[in-house]
Amino acid sequence: MDKGVLATALGSPAPFGQSQFAFMRGNAFEAKVKADGGAELLRLLYERLGGSSAAPGPDVATPDLSAAGPEGRAARTALALREATAAGGWALLDHPMLALEVAGSPAYLEPDAVVVHPDGRWTVVEIKSFPMIDASAAAAKVGAAARQAAVYVLALERVAAVTEGAEVGHQVLLVCPKDFSNLPTASVVDVRKQRAVTRRQLTRLMRVEDIAAGLPEGTTFDPACAPEELDAAVAAVPPAYAPECLAACELAFHCRARSRAEGAVEALGRSVRGELGGLTTVAGVLAAAAGKEGDPADPTVAALRRAAALRAEALESAAGLRAEAPEAASVAGGGTPEGAAACR
Amino acid sequence: MRTGFDPGAEAARATGAILDDTLRGSSRGIVVDSPPGAGKSTLVVRAALELAAAGHPLMVIAQTNAQVDDLVVRLAEKDPELPVGRLHSSDSDPYDKVLDGLANVTKSAKAADLAGLDIVISTAAKWAHVKNVEPWGHAIVDEAYQMRSDALLAVAGLFERALFVGDPGQLDPFSIVGADQWAGLTYDPSASAVSTLLAHNPELPQHRLPVSWRLPASAAPLVSDAFYPYTPFRSGTDHGDRKLSFGVASDGSGPDRVLDEAAESGWGLLELPARHTPRTDPEAVRAVALVVRRLLDRGGVATSERAEDPVPVTADRVAVGTAHRDQAAAVRAALAELGVTGVAVDTANRLQGREFDVTVVLHPLSGRPDATAFHLETGRLCVLASRHRHACVVVCREGVADLLDEHPSTEPVQLGVTVKFPDGWEANHAVLAHLAEHKVRWKP
Amino acid sequence: MSLITTLARLEAVDSGRAQPLATVRHRHLTDRPLVLVPLTTAGEAGAPLGALVGTDREAPRLLAVAQPRDRDLRFAFLAELAEAVLPHIEACADVVEPAERNETDPATGKKTKVEVELCLDAAQVIVPSRAGVEFVRLLGRSMRFRRTAEDNPDTPYPAPARVPLLGRWLTHYGERARVPGSSLLLASTDLLNRHWATGQSSLEDQHLGALLSWIDPPAGSSGAEAALRAELARDGEGQLLCPPAGPATDPDFDNRLLAPAIERYDRARTALASAEDGLAADARLGELSAAEREIRSLLARVMLPTWDAVWRGLDLLRQLPEGARAEDRWTRDRWSFTAHRDRVRSGEPPQPRRDDAVTAAQKLASRETAQAQLEAQEALDDPLVLAGRRLAGEAFLGTVSGVEMAYTESKRPSPRPLVTVRTDERPHLGERTKVYRSLDGKPQTAEFVRAEQETDQDGEILLVLRILDRMGRSKEPAPGSVPEPGERIAWTLFEHDQRGGPKLPDPEETPWTHGGPPGADAATRAEQPDPVTPEDLL
Repeated sequence: MDKGVLATALGSPAPFGQSQFAFMRGNAFEAKVKADGGAELLRLLYERLGGSSAAPGPDVATPDLSAAGPEGRAARTALALREATAAGGWALLDHPMLALEVAGSPAYLEPDAVVVHPDGRWTVVEIKSFPMIDASAAAAKVGAAARQAAVYVLALERVAAVTEGAEVGHQVLLVCPKDFSNLPTASVVDVRKQRAVTRRQLTRLMRVEDIAAGLPEGTTFDPACAPEELDAAVAAVPPAYAPECLAACELAFHCRARSRAEGAVEALGRSVRGELGGLTTVAGVLAAAAGKEGDPADPTVAALRRAAALRAEALESAAGLRAEAPEAASVAGGGTPEGAAACR
Repeated sequence: MRTGFDPGAEAARATGAILDDTLRGSSRGIVVDSPPGAGKSTLVVRAALELAAAGHPLMVIAQTNAQVDDLVVRLAEKDPELPVGRLHSSDSDPYDKVLDGLANVTKSAKAADLAGLDIVISTAAKWAHVKNVEPWGHAIVDEAYQMRSDALLAVAGLFERALFVGDPGQLDPFSIVGADQWAGLTYDPSASAVSTLLAHNPELPQHRLPVSWRLPASAAPLVSDAFYPYTPFRSGTDHGDRKLSFGVASDGSGPDRVLDEAAESGWGLLELPARHTPRTDPEAVRAVALVVRRLLDRGGVATSERAEDPVPVTADRVAVGTAHRDQAAAVRAALAELGVTGVAVDTANRLQGREFDVTVVLHPLSGRPDATAFHLETGRLCVLASRHRHACVVVCREGVADLLDEHPSTEPVQLGVTVKFPDGWEANHAVLAHLAEHKVRWKP
Repeated sequence: MSLITTLARLEAVDSGRAQPLATVRHRHLTDRPLVLVPLTTAGEAGAPLGALVGTDREAPRLLAVAQPRDRDLRFAFLAELAEAVLPHIEACADVVEPAERNETDPATGKKTKVEVELCLDAAQVIVPSRAGVEFVRLLGRSMRFRRTAEDNPDTPYPAPARVPLLGRWLTHYGERARVPGSSLLLASTDLLNRHWATGQSSLEDQHLGALLSWIDPPAGSSGAEAALRAELARDGEGQLLCPPAGPATDPDFDNRLLAPAIERYDRARTALASAEDGLAADARLGELSAAEREIRSLLARVMLPTWDAVWRGLDLLRQLPEGARAEDRWTRDRWSFTAHRDRVRSGEPPQPRRDDAVTAAQKLASRETAQAQLEAQEALDDPLVLAGRRLAGEAFLGTVSGVEMAYTESKRPSPRPLVTVRTDERPHLGERTKVYRSLDGKPQTAEFVRAEQETDQDGEILLVLRILDRMGRSKEPAPGSVPEPGERIAWTLFEHDQRGGPKLPDPEETPWTHGGPPGADAATRAEQPDPVTPEDLL
């Protein structure tokens, strides 16, 4: 299902997309890292994770992994991994295909590269185009890369379990541009935490069939349908809109509109809920704060009323102060210039 | 079932090696990891006494005034003659008045007044202001994992070599402003003192106390697996060595049934119906108070290796742990209403390092609509789940597992930072899964 | 988020307009701030695309890079940026007042007062968003290690003369912006978010256009409607009416307008290079200029709305009177500005890539102090901020209902009056908890003695406090130094001033636990230029 197309059909297109500058730069960087049979990549890997093995020379194996369909490519990858491990040398698998069962159905994953060490260790390599400046990088991006790599490690572990002499490294190699150049540099990331989390998530994941089975008969997500029909269909899936969705999901603007229309307080951020207890709507909270609803013995209601009273008192006292000293409150700006109209 | 593991011998071997390194080793630093209840304080006191006896005057650095005063008292208990200096701040009430009754203890706000004493003890904050003194040959840094790297920087010039002792599983030190720009640096000032020390001196001997004397056999494996996955420890006692029983039979209510479950298995989960609540969830707070009330009313007695006869579980052997201060205040009020006094009620931060027979814990995520980093912090749950010698009862709203699923771990990762285990999200799930086997549904 | 802030946000949802979070302005604004709206190239680190910069809202200076991957064009941009920014800084650097500073004599260890210069005002820089602050930092990092031909004639790809200097100043500004309460470099979104609560999440508040829509919606529109327009509305060409405030651009702008324009520019440049005679060259030069003009006008079009928005935000902020203690924090900014000026003038090397152990610890300590100071000062300056602290039990307002004189039990008794305060609040007071009030702008300390637990019908209780200081040296307290019955006083449980932390060792005395002294070559290593290779051409 293409959520972007669905969002546009629902009338809430999301401002997503990738700049071709970023896209081209990302591709160019990956190609550069993998040029010459991955010589530079293997050098970086050997420097950081080489262990006691001999340095990779010109004889690094770069098996051909092409095959028909994801299943075929995954099978080809497994075979190549087995052969490389048995050979006991260095091997670079460029864009291998891995399979992992997610919620009862196989998902196919394509890491940037996997390197087989002479000692049978397999290392996942992630190539990203965000920079490492003075050996540090944007933590949120590294975190995302680590979670992604952990999934690859889990998938590789399934293959390694049936491959003699193989072991999957929990340290992955993250390759990024160095400082302000397009020269590659690398850092080792320990993904044991992410692997443990992903493993538990996989066991807990609600099976996709379960979600599908819970939907009303005849539910459809076909974007060709009328917006109302689609709207009803999307409403049937349990939503959990939070502002974080805006950066991640094409449907977020649609979910936000619905969340706002329902007056859900989460639309203001998950943390808002923290002190509101059982109150879930804007109107409900404001009515409780104003003393119109709610049990004053409920600590949430009591705290809200105190907050409202303190806030009102402070605003009143400030207004009183300003009335006494009108010059302090005089408008210094002098109106809004016309130029702002574009944004209004 | 425990063939080949003699906890007493294992612990003695570890302690012996630590003291040997401390007294006779050539390393500038020695690091000792101590899981909950593994005899950290005993080790600190013993190392201090043996160093002093060997003619090496030393300074001791602890993190809070309460810890300092506690160490001073323990030292005096072991050797009432030994001259000990208590360096204190110039604020009002700088130390526990108990110290005034100890003849061997000299107290002063000036380090110069304490010069020449065998042992001088103070907090890291106070030591940081001591300047222009001859460095001590030896130091002991207690609760070193709760000490910030910048605090160590301020005092490290005062000693030549040091024994660093602490529990890596408890709450990490924190700063009130962002410190991300130094993440990945070996001397990140917001990191723990131990991580900086080891980053610069990876060759230092690292020891581990392998046996928890506090945690019962029912708790050690869970706490070890969930919070110390790569540095496991074991319980000093076996199943059946300890027993918790009640003089009064269960009345069939939720609190009584969960107490019976906890007495039997070491763990009890009292589950209230799912509901989003404020932090001071009145029902949950009352349930916590009721469990404590019933525990005392039913005449709990604890049998353990410490005494021949069963010992009554009195109020001072019971603690209630919460995540937030206002929750602790609400529980205190609820206990007062039920006429219970003398039970320690505090947050995880303040329960660190303390020990009780039975603990009752208000789960940090109970009733919450969201799971923040604060509530997921591994150390918080670890402290709360590792204060007891016999049993731990957790009171919680239903639905925490689902809440965790809705807040998958998406921690940012800083390059070059040594990964600290485990992940809070994962540890919460692990503990929850275990507790689910000891679940009792709320019924007043 | 505190409950009182949450309530303000919900009120904003309900009323369709942002609601105040402050009754005074908590950040100092100078009369002539420099506004900088930068744009960067997607996917590249430190490859600026353009900027609007200046102190006159009617006359922004437009800087543009026609081909961001061309090193020469990038250097030209940075040189122009230096000419736009450095005069603003230098104008402030030269106007000084005499001031005194405490210094410790390294030989004797004695503290002495030293007469020094303090810049009368510091140059303030405003960028649209937090990402803008981050970009200033990145620009600073990319420039300060550059070598000019003057530094070393053999430098490959030498940078224009003033570029490294601008790098050092931008680095200083970026670093200073991390100090809580500092106003040297501010993000417009942070400024507005400090003072208003919108009806959207703090994530959405990072969009300057949407944020302003809530604070000052156009007539006849709600904040939510206007914000949605600011976020999503596009023109006939599919371009956002309110483009992102940068430095990132909208991918649709890159793909539909900018990329083709850059392509035309590249083609024109190639054509010019292959021109065979003067006449052809003239024509092709004309094409090249046209292609360049087109890029400049495209960039101006996406930056102007943000430029206007930043100024509009400043207008709104200036309508709030400045908090009494904001000036005090600005003075610290002036000290910081002056100190950097002195470092530059004395020929010190650029700031190192990463702090040494002692510097890092010092910075952390001073920022923690600044944070505590900021929280205290904002609460003291603003009843609305204080209300939040009162709700949290960290402050309370009470009416003095009685004063009973008492004295210390010493040979020379000092006054320790007991003041009874009536309040309906429930501060988190424990035995001997210290509380503070502001007396002539200075804190007076009292300690909590006991609560009289008789709650009357209004829910009021009586708290007994013992006043501890600021009553003069004689036996009887100085006039006006003891609260009087009927006075309504705000007490805080937090201190008003912050003590600085302990002195840390000098970097040369870094202890073994922290790697020992950095070593003689560390400083030279730290300021080495980034290796420049042909690869550097992106």
